[in-house]
Amino acid sequence: MLDVVLPILIFAALALALAGALRRIGLWRQGRAAPVQLLAGLAAMPRRYLVDLHHVVARDKVFANTHVATGGGFVLAALLLIAVHGFGLESRVLAWALLAATAVMFVGALRVAARRKDPPARLSRGPWMRLPKSLFAFSVSVFLVTLPAAGVLPAGFGGWALAAVLALVVAWGLGEMFFGMTWGGPMKHAFAGALHLAFHRRPERFGGGRSTGLKPLDLNDASAPLGVGKPVDFTWNQLLGFDACVQCGRCEAMCPAFAAGQPLNPKKLIQDMVVGLAGGTDAAYAGSPYPGMPVGEHGGDVHSPIVLREGRALVDADTLWSCTTCRACVEECPMMIEHVDAIVDMRRHLTMEHGNTPNKGGEVLENLAATDNPGGFDPASRMNWAADLDLPLISARGSAEVLLWLGDGAFDMRNQRTLRALVKVLRAAKVDFAVLGNDELDSGDVARRLGDEATFQSLAARNIATLAQYRFEHIVTCDPHSFHVLKNEYPALGGHYDVSHHSTYISQLMAAGRLALGQWSGGKVTYHDPCYLGRYNGEYEAPRNALKGIGIKVVEMERSGFRSRCCGGGGGAPITDIPGKQRIPDMRMAEINATGADIVAVGCPQCTAMLEGVVGERAEVLDIAELVAAQLAAAPAQRVKEEVTA
Amino acid sequence: MRREDIKQVQGLKVAALVSVGRHPVTGRPRRADFDARAVEMGLSLVAPENMSLLHAGECSPERESALRGYLGMGIGALDVLDQPPEADIVPALEARLREMGARLVLCGARGEMGEASGLVPFLLAERLGWSLVSGLAQIESVDGDSMTVLQALPRGQRRRLKVRLPAVVTVDAAAQAARQSAYGPARRGELRRIEGEVTPDAAARDWNTAPAKKRPKRLKIVKAASARDRFKAAAAKAEGGGGQVLTGLSPQAGAEAILKLLREEGVLR
Ligand code: SF4
Ligand code: SF4
Repeated sequence: MLDVVLPILIFAALALALAGALRRIGLWRQGRAAPVQLLAGLAAMPRRYLVDLHHVVARDKVFANTHVATGGGFVLAALLLIAVHGFGLESRVLAWALLAATAVMFVGALRVAARRKDPPARLSRGPWMRLPKSLFAFSVSVFLVTLPAAGVLPAGFGGWALAAVLALVVAWGLGEMFFGMTWGGPMKHAFAGALHLAFHRRPERFGGGRSTGLKPLDLNDASAPLGVGKPVDFTWNQLLGFDACVQCGRCEAMCPAFAAGQPLNPKKLIQDMVVGLAGGTDAAYAGSPYPGMPVGEHGGDVHSPIVLREGRALVDADTLWSCTTCRACVEECPMMIEHVDAIVDMRRHLTMEHGNTPNKGGEVLENLAATDNPGGFDPASRMNWAADLDLPLISARGSAEVLLWLGDGAFDMRNQRTLRALVKVLRAAKVDFAVLGNDELDSGDVARRLGDEATFQSLAARNIATLAQYRFEHIVTCDPHSFHVLKNEYPALGGHYDVSHHSTYISQLMAAGRLALGQWSGGKVTYHDPCYLGRYNGEYEAPRNALKGIGIKVVEMERSGFRSRCCGGGGGAPITDIPGKQRIPDMRMAEINATGADIVAVGCPQCTAMLEGVVGERAEVLDIAELVAAQLAAAPAQRVKEEVTA
Repeated sequence: MRREDIKQVQGLKVAALVSVGRHPVTGRPRRADFDARAVEMGLSLVAPENMSLLHAGECSPERESALRGYLGMGIGALDVLDQPPEADIVPALEARLREMGARLVLCGARGEMGEASGLVPFLLAERLGWSLVSGLAQIESVDGDSMTVLQALPRGQRRRLKVRLPAVVTVDAAAQAARQSAYGPARRGELRRIEGEVTPDAAARDWNTAPAKKRPKRLKIVKAASARDRFKAAAAKAEGGGGQVLTGLSPQAGAEAILKLLREEGVLR
């Protein structure tokens, strides 16, 4: 009887799966067009899956093995199942191979079940809790029905009653694994995930590359939407990307805003976008909610506004404005979903269509448009901090080896100390450098992350025009935000530069023996990786090398390197200032204090400001430039040299 | 402000007069702060569709982008009465306002460029023969032919007034700050150029213009022994001193009293 029932079951499930796939593809195709290389993407997909995706999954060793056993076993078992039972190929070898595949899958399923026994909070429950049972159903039933084909049991063993039971269990397994894959069960991640990898909006990320710059809006095209107001305004491959989410909650576990109790959870946000693309409400969502917001009150469809400015829709505006754009979620996501792109897209709509940037947002954007700096300071006072330093202006010299980009920290008294220290270091190493002076404008970082693409592009275009007048080899800056924008976001607007963070440049000066330095004799030092230097640009080593160069042994925090936690200062978050239960910089300072460090070395004006704003007992906050400059003064060799040149 | 909080007034024709402003630090053209507050006040009364924006002056790309700042507050169109710099804009504004049938005209208390005398609302109200109220903090309600408003007085004091419509009102820093201007509506909004009659500004022809100088501030000499006294002196109300409250006089007697004071102060000779 089974040889009649099984092919029917298998082909029926496949046909339904195919119908579901077409429907799902139709849902994604509601999005806008995107430049995607379809064939090349499909060809690259297996490698992206096996290498790039696995690389991220493998950060959790135990689960990586589980996934290889379950996923690999399933793919093999499914293909062999179709061959052996679907087409009835009579081959002992294939049958044995099928037995082996289901056995491997069974072992994987055991471990999935173990993890699901007492799942961590970041994992979603609901339908995900039945997944191990479905995996058992599939692997065990397929194993059993294959035993006769492998010659282990005689055909017709157990009579029709057993066959009927087995057929039912096979149907369950096929229902979850084939039908559910395209109709929206937990296995959807395999189908959508594979295609998402093929048609990813940042293919540069595969093969060890990095792509972190936001994509520009074409402001000359009056018909293009200004950001994303409805799910249909996303590109189709963004919608596909949301659908690939496995609800593993790794993003949630890393998100500083979620930890601070602000109303943001990147996993829930992605799931809400899935609700948006398919239509419905979030009532079925079975993971952690946005802190302080009950599940089940939001919903929408692909043609309705994502954020109702009054009342409720898919998500609340506060959710979008809580994000610090720290990219911890993107870094951690095994499906390589681009949360930050989506959040900024939706912010663009709120700012550019409705002028709804919360709190100080409107004021900052107005200042940027009128004075080219967020604080509204007189642009002619940008160089006041250096009145006594006699800094060379590139406009007077036309060229220099290094263009020192000051950033808006030039207006901030705390950051001026860092800048002075950096100038001291550059002078000690006899670097040929110059500054733009009052011709420098804000890089546009904050405007862009607050969704004001127009102001960003205006600032960028004017900066690029200024830079085009001069000759220089590198740009060096102590502001990772300017660094990121100049290096990764200006190229799309026609500005291509060799940019380094000051820690990179200082460590190169050290390596070249151009700095005579004393040895650190102070207390314990830890180092806080700025998001825009680390995760955005992969620079984890240079700051540590610079500290090593003055004899500092960094005591690492638990969250450091690519898992460093944001200071709370990115993405305009201090400007939009969405309340939570605690403040992100306080949480970060607690982690700093946990190392017992007396000093936390930083490399970003924003981190400095956020961490110095923490009240109570805390480590002292010093920029790498300040730490290095202090050792210059202590170096006798240096003093002698200065006397000679004086 | 949420939509449902707005007590929308049906059928009221509101116009706001807007000018090209000048940023106090950089001098760049922008939407003028007081004018933008006037627009904001208008939007608290009527839906954007029922709100007219009116500008009288020249059109240049730079000025145009500043004017678009008002459209970015969510209003679909702005009428620009094409007037050369040497024109007296008041007659043109008057003609246009009559033509539109506006019943309430909102203006910023003074412009940020040009003469910035703050006189346009007064001259306009005079020509139109309408009431004028200056320094509005809020319009509380409009019913039929009158409205209840809060006028701002020094030191945060407010005076509730009942004003007959049609009226011209002016708005300064006491009114609610203007909403953020958004790029999309600013770009899409329509600037409608309207040709009209040009009246040369006869008075201005004989004027000499010179750069403004900061007026010297009268020093308040405080002889205070303690910080507390100094604080009290700084926070104290300016004492009017020789002021006089006249009540129950005939208009004739009142006017004479005012004239006498002006002569004493040397304002009139
Ligand atoms: S970028 Fe950072 S703050 Fe924003 S959602 Fe991701 S983890 Fe959270
Ligand atoms: S978005 Fe990525 S990291 Fe977050 S739950 Fe989904 S798959 Fe996991």
